[in-house]
Amino acid sequence: MLKNSMRAKRIIIREEYCMGCRLCEVYCITQHSKSKDIMKCYRGEEPRPVSRIYFEEKGPISFALQCRHCDDAPCLYACLTGAMYKDKKTGRILHNADKCVGCWMCIMVCPYGVIRPDFEKKKIASKCDLCVEAEFPACVEHCPNEAIILVDEEGNRMKKD
Amino acid sequence: MAKAKKLSEFRVERDEEKCIKCQVCVRMCANDVHTYDPETDTVRADSFKCVGCHFCEDLCPTAAITIEYNPTQTKENAHWKRESIYDIVKQARTGGILLTGMGNDQAYKNYFDHLVLNASQVTNPSIDPLREPMELRIHLGRKPDKIDCRLQMTEEGRKKYQIRTRIPPQLELEVPILFTAMSFGSISLNACKSLAKAACKFGTYWNTGEGGLHRDLYPYAHRAIVQVASGRFGVNEEYLERAAAIEIKIGQGAKPGIGGHLPGEKVSEEISHTRMIPIGTDALSPAPHHDIYSIEDLKQLIFALKEATRYTKPVGVKIAAVHNVAPIASGIVRAGADFVAIDGIRGGTGAAPTIIRNNVGIPIELAIAAVDQRLREEGIRNQVSLIAAGGFRSSADVTKGIALGADAVYIGTAALIALGCHVCQKCYTGKCNWGIATQDPYLTKRLNPEIGAEHAGNLLRAWSLEIKEMMGGMGINVIDSLRGNREQLRALGLNEVELRLLGLKHAGEAW
Amino acid sequence: MSSPNIYQSCRKEDKEYHIPSGCGISGIMNRQGKVFSGEAIYHSICNMTERGNGLGSGFAAYGIYPEFKDCCCFHIMYETALAQQNTEEYLKKVFNLKHSEPIPTEKVTRLKFIPLLWRYFAQVKEEVLKTHQEKLSEEDFIMKCVMDINEKVSNAFVFSSGKNMGIFKGVGNPDEIGEFYRIPEYQGYIWTAHNRFPTNTVGWWGGAHPFGILDWSVVHNGEISSYGTNRHYLENFGYHCTLFTDTEVMTYLFDLLVRRHHLDFEVVGNILAAPFWSQIERIEDEQTREFLKTLRIIYGSALVNGPFAVIVANAKYMVGLNDRIKLRPLVAASKSDFLYIASEEAAIRKICPNADKVWMPKAGEPTIGKLGH
Repeated sequence: MLKNSMRAKRIIIREEYCMGCRLCEVYCITQHSKSKDIMKCYRGEEPRPVSRIYFEEKGPISFALQCRHCDDAPCLYACLTGAMYKDKKTGRILHNADKCVGCWMCIMVCPYGVIRPDFEKKKIASKCDLCVEAEFPACVEHCPNEAIILVDEEGNRMKKD
Repeated sequence: MAKAKKLSEFRVERDEEKCIKCQVCVRMCANDVHTYDPETDTVRADSFKCVGCHFCEDLCPTAAITIEYNPTQTKENAHWKRESIYDIVKQARTGGILLTGMGNDQAYKNYFDHLVLNASQVTNPSIDPLREPMELRIHLGRKPDKIDCRLQMTEEGRKKYQIRTRIPPQLELEVPILFTAMSFGSISLNACKSLAKAACKFGTYWNTGEGGLHRDLYPYAHRAIVQVASGRFGVNEEYLERAAAIEIKIGQGAKPGIGGHLPGEKVSEEISHTRMIPIGTDALSPAPHHDIYSIEDLKQLIFALKEATRYTKPVGVKIAAVHNVAPIASGIVRAGADFVAIDGIRGGTGAAPTIIRNNVGIPIELAIAAVDQRLREEGIRNQVSLIAAGGFRSSADVTKGIALGADAVYIGTAALIALGCHVCQKCYTGKCNWGIATQDPYLTKRLNPEIGAEHAGNLLRAWSLEIKEMMGGMGINVIDSLRGNREQLRALGLNEVELRLLGLKHAGEAW
Repeated sequence: MSSPNIYQSCRKEDKEYHIPSGCGISGIMNRQGKVFSGEAIYHSICNMTERGNGLGSGFAAYGIYPEFKDCCCFHIMYETALAQQNTEEYLKKVFNLKHSEPIPTEKVTRLKFIPLLWRYFAQVKEEVLKTHQEKLSEEDFIMKCVMDINEKVSNAFVFSSGKNMGIFKGVGNPDEIGEFYRIPEYQGYIWTAHNRFPTNTVGWWGGAHPFGILDWSVVHNGEISSYGTNRHYLENFGYHCTLFTDTEVMTYLFDLLVRRHHLDFEVVGNILAAPFWSQIERIEDEQTREFLKTLRIIYGSALVNGPFAVIVANAKYMVGLNDRIKLRPLVAASKSDFLYIASEEAAIRKICPNADKVWMPKAGEPTIGKLGH
């Protein structure tokens, strides 16, 4: 079995099952924290990372959105330094903070509005990396109602375990 | 006088050490128990509003919340318990009938808990269901007394039989458990979908209740038992045509003798469409069917429905278990019903007056025994199927119910628990946090029918495996041989009258 | 005869319990209806002594009363003279008694609790049948009388009630019971025998097997785990099990299905030891598949579950049948006109060393011997 980082996959949002609990944000933040521990991350870790998942709601409709990893991603063209790049193997759009100069053009061009300026770290943009470091994307794993799901390149649902 | 507060049944305990103030609880509680105060950066709880559904507790990412039973007690009094006192407080304030949801929660004697099953030792080999076939398939419907067949010889000289008896329509179930009647209205469409999907996948049936058949449920209609109840909501030709079977609902275990009432606020566009009533109007099911005031009227309705469906679908009748249940059931069989469903005093409901739910009817265990025996005495038990309902909690209850004489068992509460229900009994408020007993679009989406169907299906699977194990132990490899096989049951701690009524021997007595 | 007190206490106990027991069974039939001595069955059953424990044996024989072949022959056991008097009064009311006598016996010292044993050759009075309220057939009427006596007349028990046949049974080893009833002296064309291993103490002779009603006799080895279901099912058709034995249930099921529902033994086999749904689904012929499915739907409660091997006989048939997963042994053999069925091959080899064919009937597949075939 290929490791998480080796596989092409996409997150699918099913707003009809999104309860609006925003646990996805909690776990996204935790996953991208230094400690990766919910208690440590929330109680004392400074700066606390920003969520890379975007929660939207209007009336009973709600959903949480993250980078779509577009096939033809505008952020790639907009990036001056090449900090934003496409992983050829997996098709993911990733962001190299070291190269980022914080021009935030990517934020300007993103049609989904899912790249966020990281005010704490200044200058740097922050976006979903499909939890490269983890076994499974945190938002998918922890969505209590399976409103966020992961599919492989053929569109088959992937589940943890 | 000073006004007394209502009872705070639960205490919401928050471990401040663990709380990360993510406010998931604040966003999720439909009863507004939790609030966040930005000034002090704290999350607070108003325990008075808590119904004990445990939704926040289950979602809290750091397990900071604990819902506890509030130990506050009025002065110890064996007769005036705190619930009795606070019920009066409530009524003194409101002047109204107290409502509740789910099944009877009173501590009446539970006969299931006084029954034990048999197992084979030495004289009869037990059967291992993992290695040998173990059959749970049953057929519900009217059976002829005997088969008439004609022997034919094939050209190769083999015997072949031609059936000359007309076999009435049957429902084929792969497991003797059905999902009981729960209407779209009393529960959400997602809850209906969950059960309907699970029933189709597992080869059993679900029941529309008196809620009509929503178009989204058409794909599951071939495994639906559709109800024709006193309000006749949603009954039309298509409804009957799409169904697998029809059930005339006379009564319900949670509220025998009482009709139903879906408040107008819940009658949304979808419900209005499905039930065929205007948006926002109360859906009132009368207490009796106003075209059934006697057994002969029932017979007319049974045959009207059979005619309407050209005798292609079983037509059954559901009644609440009341004192006279055995003769009533016998009358129903003679009126032409293909199956009789009996709902005991512990049967659930979306809403019922507490006083009715807690005090009217008899336990299903006694009702099964009485009906089975009565039908046998009249020589008609073999002609009809008997479905028992009302408080079946486990595969053991199902097994005992069948051994007492039922063909199959309806489960309602158990199925809802599989979908998330924590039996807080607040279905009637329409604020079910689990998205089950509610029509609120904020809440209904909390029940993902994919997960619901999987969990309900898992429950059926788990119970069927357990039933097979119990049957195997008894040396029985087909569920038919368990039906009415009271020899496989023994009573623990029941008196002579109870033993006689249940037709059982006491534990310790041999064959 | 022993003290009536002991006898009574034993009897009561037997009646109230459904007794599990292991057994040996054997049956021989001459398919041309030629009679032969009971010596063969005697030796066959005595060759399986380890399958019994001396607490019950018996024989059923067909064709033994040719001189009274139109009469129903009642074999009745009494424990008191009063019971005999009451029963005979009852019989005389509705039957013309052609002949009655004590069943001839030999003294066998080891046997205990021997009841009074009488046989009656009787015909139902025509006027009785005509005036009877529920227009019963002669057979149904006889059955009703047998059930009446067994239920209502205390200390009397009818243990055989067919025409030109008889059941002989009691508490003892098969050699003792055979000797006691002088079995080798009878000439019959079907013989069945039973050797019992009950798991409790038995004193009552009526509890031994074969069990019979009308011209049915059943010898049975097994313990029916569907007993409660089967007994309750039979109640729908007016059969009330008074003995609480598996064999009684088996007998009534055969009577219901063969005599009253007019089903042949292959079909009965498919009901009592029904094939599994998975087996039915594999059958290619749709008509057969539908037929078997329908049988299971209608007769689900008549399915006999648990281990059994049974030999059932009536005036025209001797049939052996196993449960659906063959949990008890049953072997069959044929030699010219003779059909043999027994728990063990040894019981057949003993009396027929050179059989044309010996086979193990499959689970649920009836072995059928039909007169004239």
